[in-house]
Amino acid sequence: MGKQSNVQKAFLALVFIILYAPIFFLIFYSFNSNGTMSSFDSFTWEHYAAVFEDTRLIMIVFNTVIVALLSALISTAIGVLGALAIVYLKNRKLRSTLLSLNNVLIVSPDVIIGASFLILFTAVGVRLGFASVLISHIAFSVPIVVLMVLPKLLEMSDSLIDAARDLGASGRDVLTRVIIPYIKPGIFAGFFLALTYSLDDFAVTFFVTGNGFSTLSVEIYSMARAGISLTINALSGLIFIVTVGLVLVYYALNRRNRTPVTGVKK
Amino acid sequence: MQNKSTRALYLIPYGAWILLFVIAPIALVVYYSLFDIHGDFTFANYGAFFSSVYLELTLSSFWYAFLITLFSLLIAYPTAYFLTKTRHKQLWLLLIIIPSWINLLLKTYAFIGIFGQYGPINAFFAAIGIGSTQLLFTDFSFIFVSVYIFIPFMILPIFNAIDRLNPALIDASRDLGASPWTTFRRVILPLTMNGVKSGIQVTFIPALSLFMITRLIAGNKVITLGTAIEQQFLVTQNWGMGSTIAVFLILFMFVIMLFTGQKEKGGASIGKTK
Repeated sequence: MGKQSNVQKAFLALVFIILYAPIFFLIFYSFNSNGTMSSFDSFTWEHYAAVFEDTRLIMIVFNTVIVALLSALISTAIGVLGALAIVYLKNRKLRSTLLSLNNVLIVSPDVIIGASFLILFTAVGVRLGFASVLISHIAFSVPIVVLMVLPKLLEMSDSLIDAARDLGASGRDVLTRVIIPYIKPGIFAGFFLALTYSLDDFAVTFFVTGNGFSTLSVEIYSMARAGISLTINALSGLIFIVTVGLVLVYYALNRRNRTPVTGVKK
Repeated sequence: MQNKSTRALYLIPYGAWILLFVIAPIALVVYYSLFDIHGDFTFANYGAFFSSVYLELTLSSFWYAFLITLFSLLIAYPTAYFLTKTRHKQLWLLLIIIPSWINLLLKTYAFIGIFGQYGPINAFFAAIGIGSTQLLFTDFSFIFVSVYIFIPFMILPIFNAIDRLNPALIDASRDLGASPWTTFRRVILPLTMNGVKSGIQVTFIPALSLFMITRLIAGNKVITLGTAIEQQFLVTQNWGMGSTIAVFLILFMFVIMLFTGQKEKGGASIGKTK
């Protein structure tokens, strides 16, 4: 296609500036000794120190990471099994029904997921807290794992499995030594997306978390409702670094595995 | 291939997940919508939804979602188009996506400072002589922040669609004498419509149901369907009414999916299908 004109470059530059400005704005004021987000006084690390001294906040970060890792692991396992189940289904109609049901939670607004899970947990009698949050995160991460793994399974040639069979592999061997290695990039992509879904979720957690348990998003929400606190700014500086790190790792892995997936997050 | 029993084994956890977390929650929402706050069976919630209060709320929610989607599209399409022309387009795309991976709450929180009474925008207004204005807790700030949040999600599917466009088609159009505008209108836009539809889908539905941006940025000035549901469930504790609004939101969601749907749904498979 044609060369870029200066107008186009200027437009792109403007979009980039607008997208990044709020993030750098937050980080910039995290070093402000003044305690406000309006006039920069002098440089200080005190808000970062405050983050690390706040044991409650550290506990919440810890909770958030635990929930994210556990939910990503479990939903990846369920999702991979689900993708296998869908592929093995011979009945086309059943298959497309399953796929449609799979996508319901992906397009559902978070509020609906949160509210309906709240009803579900209350009806079943699950206490709101760590368990309900973890279960919800697993539940809404499963479909994205399926969507990441399924294309890999579908592009896999049947002759690979036949060859393994002819060479005497058992059903278990075929799964662990042929299928799983082949779909590994999809599994990784699914795992990473599940991880970020969980880390990023606010609305669903907000509905299903009880009084005693909180994740970072919910905590930031209640802090932000109370007004400006530069501890949040310091926290966002830290989160920005971790996020960029995660994204780079994800893309490095993706690039090595050459999967053309770009996850769309909600 | 593997025998039938192992295959059935794969289906069990996944099937259980579908039953428990896809079908049961929707069924429960529909069931709860038939009860009032005292637990008596009633259709009153549905009656209430068609009262002027809720109809106005639904209309204004749609209006805001429409504006948010429109502005996101107006910014995202040219951005995606220009991005495909850059030399290291995957790298630039990655840079566009990174902000979308930053926690939503933090980005929203940033705008509390930016639009605040003493924030940089007001300082700028004061400097050029307009004087400080109330920015926070207005429709403008709500739409601006929402558009800001949704732009990357809109760019991504459109970028993929444009990227998959065969450049030969554009050359052909130009060789046959079409102006750039005609080429865009008759060739590029129709062929990338699927990306646009996906973008609308991932923007419009969440925009209908936002509640944390409205709470933090718009105060109580803007009430969307999402805010109403949150209010009914967590503040008023009227789950019946909350479920009724949820039922309608689910219905709207299906309608929007019908309009913007393609053979392959979901974020992963966007663009032209085989």
